[in-house]
Amino acid sequence: MGEVNLAQALNGALDTALGSDSRVVLLGEDIGRTGGVFRITDGLLDTHGGERVFDTPVAESGIVGAAFGMAVAGMRPVAEIQFMGFSYPAYDQVINHVARIRNRSNHRFAAPMVIRVPYGGGIGAAEHHSESTESIYAHIPGIKVVVPSTPRDARGLLLAAIEDPDPVVFLEPIRLYRAVKEDIPDIYYTVDIGPVRVEREGEDITLISWGAMMKETRQAAVRLESEGVSVEVLDVRTLSPLDRGGLADSVEKTGRAVIIHEAPLTGGFGGEIAASIQERCLYSLLSPIVRVTGWDTVFPLKRSETHYLPAVDRIVNAAEKTLEG
Amino acid sequence: MSSRKPGLGRGLEALIPMASQTTNDAVRETSPDAPKDMFQLIEPDGSVLDRLPVTLEEMRALYADMVEARVFDHKSMAMQRQGRLATYAPFEGQEAAQIGAAAALRPQDWLAATYRDAALNWRAGYPWRLLILGRTGDERGGEVPESVRILPPSITVGGHMIHAVGLAWAEKLKGSDSVALTSFGDGATSEGDFHEAMNFAAVYETPTVFFCQNNGFAISYPVHEQTRSETIAVKAEAYGMPAARVDGNDVAAVLAVVREAVDRARRGEGPSLIEAVTYRLGPHTTSDDPGRYRDEDEGEDWRSKDPLTRIRKLLEKARGWTSEWQEELEKAASAKIEEAVEWAENLAQPEPEDLFDRMFSTPTPSLQEQKKIASDG
Repeated sequence: MGEVNLAQALNGALDTALGSDSRVVLLGEDIGRTGGVFRITDGLLDTHGGERVFDTPVAESGIVGAAFGMAVAGMRPVAEIQFMGFSYPAYDQVINHVARIRNRSNHRFAAPMVIRVPYGGGIGAAEHHSESTESIYAHIPGIKVVVPSTPRDARGLLLAAIEDPDPVVFLEPIRLYRAVKEDIPDIYYTVDIGPVRVEREGEDITLISWGAMMKETRQAAVRLESEGVSVEVLDVRTLSPLDRGGLADSVEKTGRAVIIHEAPLTGGFGGEIAASIQERCLYSLLSPIVRVTGWDTVFPLKRSETHYLPAVDRIVNAAEKTLEG
Repeated sequence: MSSRKPGLGRGLEALIPMASQTTNDAVRETSPDAPKDMFQLIEPDGSVLDRLPVTLEEMRALYADMVEARVFDHKSMAMQRQGRLATYAPFEGQEAAQIGAAAALRPQDWLAATYRDAALNWRAGYPWRLLILGRTGDERGGEVPESVRILPPSITVGGHMIHAVGLAWAEKLKGSDSVALTSFGDGATSEGDFHEAMNFAAVYETPTVFFCQNNGFAISYPVHEQTRSETIAVKAEAYGMPAARVDGNDVAAVLAVVREAVDRARRGEGPSLIEAVTYRLGPHTTSDDPGRYRDEDEGEDWRSKDPLTRIRKLLEKARGWTSEWQEELEKAASAKIEEAVEWAENLAQPEPEDLFDRMFSTPTPSLQEQKKIASDG
């Protein structure tokens, strides 16, 4: 496959899934003729035909609800919602049906389906196009929530999500779609849903993030290293089920943790991670766990975007303060 | 082949080839009280308006099913009052709509119905014992046998209609001849989900039958206040979908109409909407007091249109009913339901671990940890 960006990796994964499993179908708004608003499904209608790739009416609840029915009947639907801010009309289907049918039927029925949701800000988009409300999905029992930040993980996690016997909400960091490139294998492979990925090993401090904020987190790590700090970077990758052990292992070693996400602070997923870390390794902590997050404000429009998104400076400053402790 | 853009009358005609215009006129002439354009085969007094879609023996079987359903309904109400069932949503008065619709389905067909559809679910293959188990407050009640393609009852209003679109869509893509029927009430047609489901079904021509039991009320809110549409059926026209309006208390008419819609879907001719006009004789649920929103006279009027009574009268005329048979039916139904209740009530209580084990195909590490805490106490 050679060097690809995250968007191309996702496109390739969908192509592979459609080619290798006849139960896989794609449905969503504008995913056929135009290849989707982010072109993630580009060319798939031509390659796989109109019985596999469906443009749908503008109806998110309908898309997810219909995909649910298809999944229960034995298909492996992959639904696309254009932006996270448009996913809420489908939230009822997700929380009340998709996440519950296995429990409701005591395993008699299941909904093996993937809901792909581009999320996050930083591209100067209109209102509702920059949301990162992952914690309202991670809070739902019965679904898995996955967020890749590299092309390699994007392909492997998406194929794993499509294979998974349970529903997966698959969040795609919009501003990384074309910002990260890497060589990935041109074969069918999966990346396990669950384990965190230790992206960089270090001894002094653990930076924990996922999705789009991995970019700034990586930059912050490089800066800190240049200052002589040994930094461990964790890409959480799966918000639910959370790899609590993997997080604790790292912080037990470093004794310090900074959690970075672009969603608002209050009720943000960083709170869950911080709580989990202190439950497991409070006595290894050398300093309080710090969160660097978006503010408790509405995600702003283009001109104020940089005032909102956690910048590299904020991460470095928080890390330095933590290291003083 | 039916017209794709039927008017209300034409929609009826399209779906019911056997119901000639003469029949419709006959309905109006012989039954001035019957709502306009409502397909009917048997009047409340038991007189037959047109050729019936069933033999006498089949009619006796449908009647027996309705009796059994009513015994279940009464038993469930009583059990709820005794604290043995959680909230129960009775269907008394709607037996013809539910038994008639279920009788039109085949085992390979999917069904996605509501909390008020115990009779429909049962007649389509959902065992009484599991319906009862579910109402005692046990998730195992949703575990229908492997051969049964019925989703556990949906408790939220209207969210399940689109499921029948997805189920049918999958069957169409797989090239099977299964169809999906979704049952819902008049109240659900106000949900945005109704629009999305109807539109998706029409757009993708899925083999879905939308079966609306218009029982007059969304809890307390009368149907004529819920919508300015003249009927529920007329809404189908906007989606380019044929529709029929049928006397929901006439089991033969319901069976004929649903059978036609199901056959049509099976032939690959797409979805349709059926409005079965009926009446919920009981409360919305066991926690409801209908005296606050409707008068007793109305109920009495509908009692006179009881779906069981009219078939009994018809069978009596045809020498297909005796009071001894009625007694036998009720006794047999009671025994069956008693047995189901006994099974459900004697089933071992759920273990704390069960909570964790049915969330995913394999419990996640987090759930395993919580499960351990739960069982260690």
